[in-house]
Amino acid sequence: MADLTGNFIGIKSPNPFWLASAPPTDKEYNVRRAFEAGWGGVVWKTLGEAGPPVVNVNGPRYGAVWGADRRLLGLNNIELITDRPLEVNLREIKAVKRDYPDRALIVSLMVPCEEQAWKAILAEVEDTGADGIELNFGCPHGMAERGMGSAVGQVPEYIEMVTRWCKQYSRMPCIVKLTPNITDVRKPAQAALAGGADAVSLINTINSITSVDLDIFSPEPTIDGKGAHGGYCGPAVKPIALNMVAEIARDPATANLPISGIGGITTWRDAAEFMVMGAGNVQVCTAAMTYGFKVVEEMISGLSQWMDEKEISNVSDIVGRAVPNTSDWQHLNLNYIAKAKIDEDLCIKCGRCYAACEDTSHQAILMSDDRVFSVNDDECVACNLCVNVCPVENCITMDAMEAGTTDPRTGQVVSDVKADWTTHPNNPSAAAAE
Amino acid sequence: MSNSENTDGIVSGRLDAQHLSGNFNDLHPRLDDHEALVAADRCYFCYDAPCMTACPTDIDIPLFIRQISTGTPEASALTIFSQNILGGMCARVCPTETLCEEVCVRETAEGKPVEIGRLQRYATDVVMQSGHHPFTRAVSTGKSIAVVGAGPAGLACAHRLAVMGHAVTLFDARPKGGGLNEFGIASYKSVDGFAQKELDWLLSIGGIDVRYDKMLGADITLEQLQVDHDAVFLGMGLGGVNALQTDGEDKDNVLDAVSFISDLRQATDLTKLPIGKRVVVIGGGMTAVDAAVQAKLLGALDVTIAYRRGKERMSASVFEQDLATSKGVRIIYNAQPVKVTGNGAAAGIEFAYTHTVDGQLATTGESFELQADQIFKAIGQTIKDVPAALAIERGKIRVSETGRSSVDGVWAGGDCATGGDDLTVTAVAEGRDAAMDIHASLMG
Repeated sequence: MADLTGNFIGIKSPNPFWLASAPPTDKEYNVRRAFEAGWGGVVWKTLGEAGPPVVNVNGPRYGAVWGADRRLLGLNNIELITDRPLEVNLREIKAVKRDYPDRALIVSLMVPCEEQAWKAILAEVEDTGADGIELNFGCPHGMAERGMGSAVGQVPEYIEMVTRWCKQYSRMPCIVKLTPNITDVRKPAQAALAGGADAVSLINTINSITSVDLDIFSPEPTIDGKGAHGGYCGPAVKPIALNMVAEIARDPATANLPISGIGGITTWRDAAEFMVMGAGNVQVCTAAMTYGFKVVEEMISGLSQWMDEKEISNVSDIVGRAVPNTSDWQHLNLNYIAKAKIDEDLCIKCGRCYAACEDTSHQAILMSDDRVFSVNDDECVACNLCVNVCPVENCITMDAMEAGTTDPRTGQVVSDVKADWTTHPNNPSAAAAE
Repeated sequence: MSNSENTDGIVSGRLDAQHLSGNFNDLHPRLDDHEALVAADRCYFCYDAPCMTACPTDIDIPLFIRQISTGTPEASALTIFSQNILGGMCARVCPTETLCEEVCVRETAEGKPVEIGRLQRYATDVVMQSGHHPFTRAVSTGKSIAVVGAGPAGLACAHRLAVMGHAVTLFDARPKGGGLNEFGIASYKSVDGFAQKELDWLLSIGGIDVRYDKMLGADITLEQLQVDHDAVFLGMGLGGVNALQTDGEDKDNVLDAVSFISDLRQATDLTKLPIGKRVVVIGGGMTAVDAAVQAKLLGALDVTIAYRRGKERMSASVFEQDLATSKGVRIIYNAQPVKVTGNGAAAGIEFAYTHTVDGQLATTGESFELQADQIFKAIGQTIKDVPAALAIERGKIRVSETGRSSVDGVWAGGDCATGGDDLTVTAVAEGRDAAMDIHASLMG
């Protein structure tokens, strides 16, 4: 049986599944229920400085994108950080941590970019016995307009400065949460490391407008006829998040910086993908908001089963396993030749592969009068579009051609020698290098 | 209530009004908005979709379903009506399980097709219930066309002609229109007077002058129609019923299933409609199933369909057969009627078991008898009173692909003409296509 217990920057938890700082972790009632449901850790919803609490809108704060059967694929929100008084949150954090000493409890923070403000709140958080802090440099709406959240996360110098204050005034492990609303995510990660961060977590939500009301011509969610951009999350953002995690994991400057992976993680498989891509653990929000806390049971059983099948006993052994295989385009083997193959027994004859290939790609799929679909190897470039539009799993596969055979499209014999763009004759840089 | 399912003989009121009302409810109620979205989501938007090819009227099914899924059922209905102006009725009565839904790729994938028929009903209902008629007439052509028969073929033909600006005179032998839509299908397939509502909606295009109680050969003649009009379309269906050619067929209570179905459809109070305690229906088509199921729903104790060939040869679909058995109808295959017994009125019917020898149906020598106080014949219909000038082929008016008969200026379609299956949807296609050919012919 796989051991899911984890030690992330010195913070122990019974499994790598944490709830992200978000509405589900805004108060004691929720967090206790989450721990009872089996979550390994919780990042408490972001606390602001003492004083008059933050206010939220009183209209809808979420927008959504749905797939077939109204399955929630993307969620957008304009909710701000906690709108409950600081002292209430601190009291509840202390009580929960006391009752659940084996679970990770991290406190997310967002105060103005002033040394005194950070110094003040760090002391109060440390008093609660919480396991660590997460600096919210990510929220892209509302608080960013006031110079916090992603407004900080978009300026590496600020990240480094605030992180340094936190390490200076607190003994707690410090995670810096990054915004994806930036061109190169490696820069803020490097800044966090330079400031002394113990880890980064990413991604926070992405600037988004999910839809527009076509009757009143206003973005959704609409508050009294007007809308504002929100932060996008859920399954739709997973590919963006995975890439950003990989970017940081692959960057030599941050290769050893622990990562807490966030972004559309819905199943054990998503979690495993983030972890093999370099995340030491994962944080979940939208899946819990869509299906409730119980989803963690499937994540635990699924990850355990997969690790058992792979004969991997400890979660730390999966972290980063896919990083060496995550490369740049220029290093991909151009001598690798594949062709699409359609399994006629599995084919249900919908013809979507044909429409996709004929209308938009390489005219490499043939359709007979009786709707038998086949691949014309003379034209197939193995682009994979037919696989992606086919509604039947494994009906179309990409089969590699064996070395020594001839690719009918190019007339070239398939080579077993790897050759990439860096050595390709069409590459002027390659020619210059010779 | 004095009568029950156990009351001997042929009596009314075997079931109370509430029970009957429940029995004759809509077989497939309309999908609500949410159900329609869920059902529409399952469509794969196939390339050159098999469902479209299977539809006799070539409705662009993937497109109309996509239009439902994007919240525009009105546009969806227009896609349907452009090909099939009786799309509302076809959504109710089409044997989709042997047409579009049979070839749906999700039937192949999961044994559960997209619910095309119910989605079509959803879209067409939205428009028809709004009362909006989405077509307008072209400028008048000055041409006049006589259409005989206000059933599916005649209505489709008349509507298409009207759209193109022709003046149409529509004749029907009965006191109201709709043809088999009104008189010939099971009540639970078309509830709430839908056939008449659809007729009124269709006629609201304008330019169609309707004349009821005009029977071809009695009140009107083909020759006169040819004189009075620029073209004639015949779509009067099949007026005759095949005989059993069995001893005792002339006994009382040996009836045509089509008459029973028609009486039931026209009845205003089902508690007043008599039905036997033991009913036997002879035949293997949709009419046999419609008659048998409705006999059972009226409260007959014991209803049997006897078909002379095997299950696989039955022209009623497996869905229809399952519907019948689920309602408590027994289906006996390979049973050929030999003799109706009884003294004056039918009391029973003797059958010989059959099998197929060298492709020929033969009796096995074994026989059995069923008690029956009502026997419905549903062994097919025949054309009646065809104008002598028209060539006949296999018992129907011979027509070309576009519905031209052997007489210049006369087209025919629907059940009375050669061509496709005797289905509402096929009749609609034939009426529509004949209209297009009439138009092309008249306008040069």
